[in-house]
Amino acid sequence: MNNFIAFRTIVGKEIRRFTRIWPQTLLPPAITTSLYFMIFGRLIGERVGNINGVSYMDYIVPGIILMSVISHSYSNVVSSFYSTKFQRHIEELLVSPVSNWVILLGYVCGGVARGLLVGVVVSGISFLFTDITVNNAGIAVAIAIMTATLFALAGFINAVFADSFDAISIIPNFILTPLSYLGGVFYSVSMLPDVWQTISLANPILYMINAFRYGIIGVTDIDIWIAFAMAGGFVLFLTILSLFLLHKGVGIKN
Amino acid sequence: MNAVLIKNLKKTYSNGFVALKGIDLDVEQGDFFALLGPNGAGKSTAIGIISSLVNKTSGSISIFEYDLKKQNAKAKSCIGLVPQEINFNQFETVKNIVLNQAGYYGIPRKKALKNTEKCLKQMSLWDKRNTVSRRLSGGMKRRVMIARALVHSPRLLILDEPTAGVDIEIRRSMWEMMEQINNQGTTIILTTHYLEEAESLCRNIAIINDGLIVEKSGMAELLTKVKKDSFVLDLAKPILVVPEIEGYEFELVDNQLLNVSVPTGKSLNPLFQQLTEKNIEVLSLKNKSNRLEQLFMDLVNE
Repeated sequence: MNNFIAFRTIVGKEIRRFTRIWPQTLLPPAITTSLYFMIFGRLIGERVGNINGVSYMDYIVPGIILMSVISHSYSNVVSSFYSTKFQRHIEELLVSPVSNWVILLGYVCGGVARGLLVGVVVSGISFLFTDITVNNAGIAVAIAIMTATLFALAGFINAVFADSFDAISIIPNFILTPLSYLGGVFYSVSMLPDVWQTISLANPILYMINAFRYGIIGVTDIDIWIAFAMAGGFVLFLTILSLFLLHKGVGIKN
Repeated sequence: MNAVLIKNLKKTYSNGFVALKGIDLDVEQGDFFALLGPNGAGKSTAIGIISSLVNKTSGSISIFEYDLKKQNAKAKSCIGLVPQEINFNQFETVKNIVLNQAGYYGIPRKKALKNTEKCLKQMSLWDKRNTVSRRLSGGMKRRVMIARALVHSPRLLILDEPTAGVDIEIRRSMWEMMEQINNQGTTIILTTHYLEEAESLCRNIAIINDGLIVEKSGMAELLTKVKKDSFVLDLAKPILVVPEIEGYEFELVDNQLLNVSVPTGKSLNPLFQQLTEKNIEVLSLKNKSNRLEQLFMDLVNE
């Protein structure tokens, strides 16, 4: 059994899916981020002034890019894998000799591909509004890939447990979006009262946004290596959990 | 060699429903095998477990001597499944559905393209290769599923009610196609509710009822066990009283339609002779049910 061919087939199918419906997958983040930059960056940002020594516009760029990566890597896998279950063509994979880890890797890579592609689109738009010089591209790219992987895995687990289309929108709407906004996209946690700073440290997205911000503009509220350790730990944990769920056939086998 | 060997297979669903109570089954390589049973008897569960869509509770399965649990990939590589319900991506083209399936089986792209073309031509779908699958007719969708199941040249093809809901013309052409595939050496397991389909295609048969195999034998051997044949007589004139003729059982459906049960092997000549004497003219005669259907009803009602 050639696992690489199976992996390439799943990833190719996933990439074709989101590029075929690009007006739904790639265009909306471009429009949304343009509005963010115009409203929060240009109109409000000029009145806010500098944060941690950089203009407000430059400060929010990394957070907005990573927020797009998070939401799109998650939503790609959750919607794709759930519709695969819903339409029952998951059975195509279950009857074939594809290993569980190949199925997982294929879907996660599809989600990462969409997350990063949206990240590139949003970055391109941000350069129309700012003239940022990237501080450390290696760190920025590494944390973006790890973040996309983590949320693609989270989307996969959501899809495994989902039994209706409502169930795939609950977590993005009620958990992911609030955590992203409270993860310091538009502000520095150092601006918060002490108690809220402490509470914010429980938000994993805060670490990833700060590490990415460090990679892009060289500014962070937390130690970036803690961010890498945290992202790596979550990726490992969610990978093991996803493989366990696939092995048991939770949500996909009768 | 056994294409399928099942030992003491049991399945209890999480809601407590016992679908399989311990079935033993063997299907010879090259066989055209019918697995029959009423709705809810456990045949779809058995097919689901063989094709890895359902987790078993206990028991063992081997496919061409590969243990389905220990040599999972090798065992799965031997199987092609045509499920009961349409289960492909309705937004994908016909060609991509079949091509993707080849990819899942690890077939290199060049060979996969060649196999896809061959299977789609065999199913008369090559002209529709670039059509999005949701635009196909019901019969074409069924043929897409067969093409998809054949793309990796499986040694065992499992057809779970493949002709359900298709018109008689397509059904006949699918029968020919199934026979052709079997003649090429592929073992076929067929589940169907059309018993004449099983009777005319299959060489061996198992009947499953209430989670147990209640009969397993050769088709010809099984049909010798049929105890009586049933016919429907279309009468020229209405009758009010059910005729009484020794050795034949009658039932009046309406005043011009008469059911008659005849012990297998008993001549029909005395029947017509005595009906004529009673001034009952028969316009036509047809089988009420085929022989397998009669036997099936007897077995599942026991």
